[in-house]
Amino acid sequence: MITFDLFLNIFTMDDFLAARSQMALSLGFHIIYACIGMVMPFFMAVSHYQWIRTNQDVYKNLTKAWSKGVAIFFATGAVSGTVLSFELGLLWPTFMRHAGPIFGIPFSLEGTAFFIEAIALGFFLYGWDRFNKWFHWITGVVVGLSGLASGILVVSANAWMNSPDGFDFVNGQYLNIDPIDAMFNDAWFSQALHMTLAAFASTGFAVAGVHAAMILQKKNVLFHSKAFKIAAIFAAIAAILQPVSGDFSAKDVARRQPAKLAAMEAHFHTQKSAPLIIGGIPDVKNKKVDFAIELPGMLSFLAHGDLESEVKGLDTVPEDQHPPVSVVHYAFQIMVSCGVVMLLISIIFFVAMAKKSWFYSTWLLKLFVLALPLGFIAVEAGWTVTEVGRQPWIIQDVMRTVDAVTPMPGIVWSFYMFTVVYISLSIAVIYLLLRQIKMVPVLYDKASDLSTLTS
Amino acid sequence: MIAFLYLAILLYVLLAGADFGAGIIEMFTLKRNIRGTRKTLYHAIGPIWEANHMWLIIVIVILFVGFPIIYTDLSVYLHIPLLIMLMGIIARGTAFVFRHYDAVQDEMQELYNKVFVWSSFITPFFLGVIAGSTISGHIDKGAQTFLDAYIFSWLNWFSLAVGLFTVVLCGFLASVYLIGEADNENDKQRFIHKAKQTNIIAVVAGILVFGAALADEIPLLNWVFGESVGLIAVIAATLSLIVMWKWINTTIRFLPRILVGFQVTMIVLAITYAHFPNFVILKGSESLSLYEHIAPLKTMQALGWALLLGSIFILPALFYLYYSFQKKENGSY
Repeated sequence: MITFDLFLNIFTMDDFLAARSQMALSLGFHIIYACIGMVMPFFMAVSHYQWIRTNQDVYKNLTKAWSKGVAIFFATGAVSGTVLSFELGLLWPTFMRHAGPIFGIPFSLEGTAFFIEAIALGFFLYGWDRFNKWFHWITGVVVGLSGLASGILVVSANAWMNSPDGFDFVNGQYLNIDPIDAMFNDAWFSQALHMTLAAFASTGFAVAGVHAAMILQKKNVLFHSKAFKIAAIFAAIAAILQPVSGDFSAKDVARRQPAKLAAMEAHFHTQKSAPLIIGGIPDVKNKKVDFAIELPGMLSFLAHGDLESEVKGLDTVPEDQHPPVSVVHYAFQIMVSCGVVMLLISIIFFVAMAKKSWFYSTWLLKLFVLALPLGFIAVEAGWTVTEVGRQPWIIQDVMRTVDAVTPMPGIVWSFYMFTVVYISLSIAVIYLLLRQIKMVPVLYDKASDLSTLTS
Repeated sequence: MIAFLYLAILLYVLLAGADFGAGIIEMFTLKRNIRGTRKTLYHAIGPIWEANHMWLIIVIVILFVGFPIIYTDLSVYLHIPLLIMLMGIIARGTAFVFRHYDAVQDEMQELYNKVFVWSSFITPFFLGVIAGSTISGHIDKGAQTFLDAYIFSWLNWFSLAVGLFTVVLCGFLASVYLIGEADNENDKQRFIHKAKQTNIIAVVAGILVFGAALADEIPLLNWVFGESVGLIAVIAATLSLIVMWKWINTTIRFLPRILVGFQVTMIVLAITYAHFPNFVILKGSESLSLYEHIAPLKTMQALGWALLLGSIFILPALFYLYYSFQKKENGSY
């Protein structure tokens, strides 16, 4: 019944909802392309480095195979990013009119970083056997570093929407604009750190999962084992660090956006020694959560580092400024549970590395195959928390999203079109990757196929 | 800053124009020659195409940071052509990469080729429509109906003619560019022939633009010929065209490229100079001036530093990229 209602909603949505959906859709796809496009170059560079150091062909082949993935994701990331830079204006002109000069500097720096990435990628992809091998290697590293810089800069711009800074808002006017202050707003560091680790963990788990599946199928085992190890090490380190950064972010949100934290936790009533609510179904009308596990005092501890401290609930915020509690609460629970599972697998992975007999055991590989999508589920859920959790504001406490939307009617059609385009694009990308993987024995790893069957 | 904006626009027109043009040329290449064309084209734009399109991002960022009102007004009133252009950008970028990075070479290639050539046509067409619309005076901020506000802002003879002109110009740029990339005499002559054709069509399309301007009551003739700068630009472009055709068979491959780049630069100059600093001409006698709608000083300073810093990193690397892949073409291909 719920799905049917949802189905009907898709055909009767108003322009505001359509604009929000289109933005969510565009960002939801871009975030995946961009994460992979910014993290995979590092895997590639490690493998490339191993090749230069050890001269084993398997590393060269792996580097080449991964570079194809990088090229595909860079292109999709680049076009979906270009689209976003236009969509900001197409969908939210009132927002951009005021926000552009305040939070735009990270975007202009990001343009530079992105440009350098494109140039470096040109060198890298077309530079095999043409340049000094270390120069060639460095161009690959530059692809990764500039991608990382792009990601951090864009997140810094987003952080400004959560933590607006660098201007005085007086009677509806945006005065004394200081774009550098805006760029280094309170939230930029915690958000950038969290997103960067998330990109490494999610891409790492996805890549490791794919290669683990191939090892399980006994195809090009040496090739996929090398690949698995590189990706899994990145993934595991990031997944182990992530809870620390998450805690840092939570304390930050508790201070800056109490309504968002309250929605994440479905914490309706301000109270001292507030319990941490795990799972459950928020009942917004009666302001309670059914079927939840409550850990006494833990929310106070997580938010302020003190079991007794007071945590502001949704009751401190006027009701017309509440974010949609259920969506944010569920998304947060999903993100945290994925994160916990990845953390556990990562710990097991490092134990396995120490205990050689565990490594490449079937169950460990199967675990990684199962964990393949977890990182990206967590990324999408986390993005939902930060964006939906800020609603109804587009700039926290300054401008409402509904006031920012374009006056042009009929956005719903553009939303349908984007839905079709992004879904087909993703199908195409998956199809292409499957074909790349299928062709590994032919294109990248001809010789080692036989020799590895015994190992 | 304004200089940087125009420079980025110009570089985008030239570099991405040649890039789009390559796809347009592919569209109008006979089946029996298509393999040669595709190969030359891939070698010519493969390593650099991503970089060529970055200029659009730079243009957009300068607009939304430095001239947010202009950016948002264009976004609102030209929503539809911008949207179509974006679809073209998505389709083209991905099709180009997919056709090269698909591990299996099968009938999917045909699909990628189709998408690539069509989007190579549609994207610059709508870019031209958008450019035409900014100066057509059809953007009506007081419009009461959907059609007036969001359709007729860009759906008029002048904008469409500029769109067509842009497409032909891209084809012209590309064919002149590709002359220097051809690896055998046969291909070279074919590209020269293409360049001649596109040149003639460009002149016809240019006349169409003037005709459309008359029909839409846009004083284009005045803008271009009423000012000494416009007039000089047109004369310079014509002279360089004559020089180029005289020396088209030259072995100095940069000469035609520089000349064709110069011609396009002159065209852009002739059209924009007359109403500078107005960036957008609205319905009635109003316009959006770059001077009046500039962001606060601190923002412009930060943007200036950001762009300067960016240029220090980007330009040498970019030149080295072009240089490296030029050199290699002479050697191994």
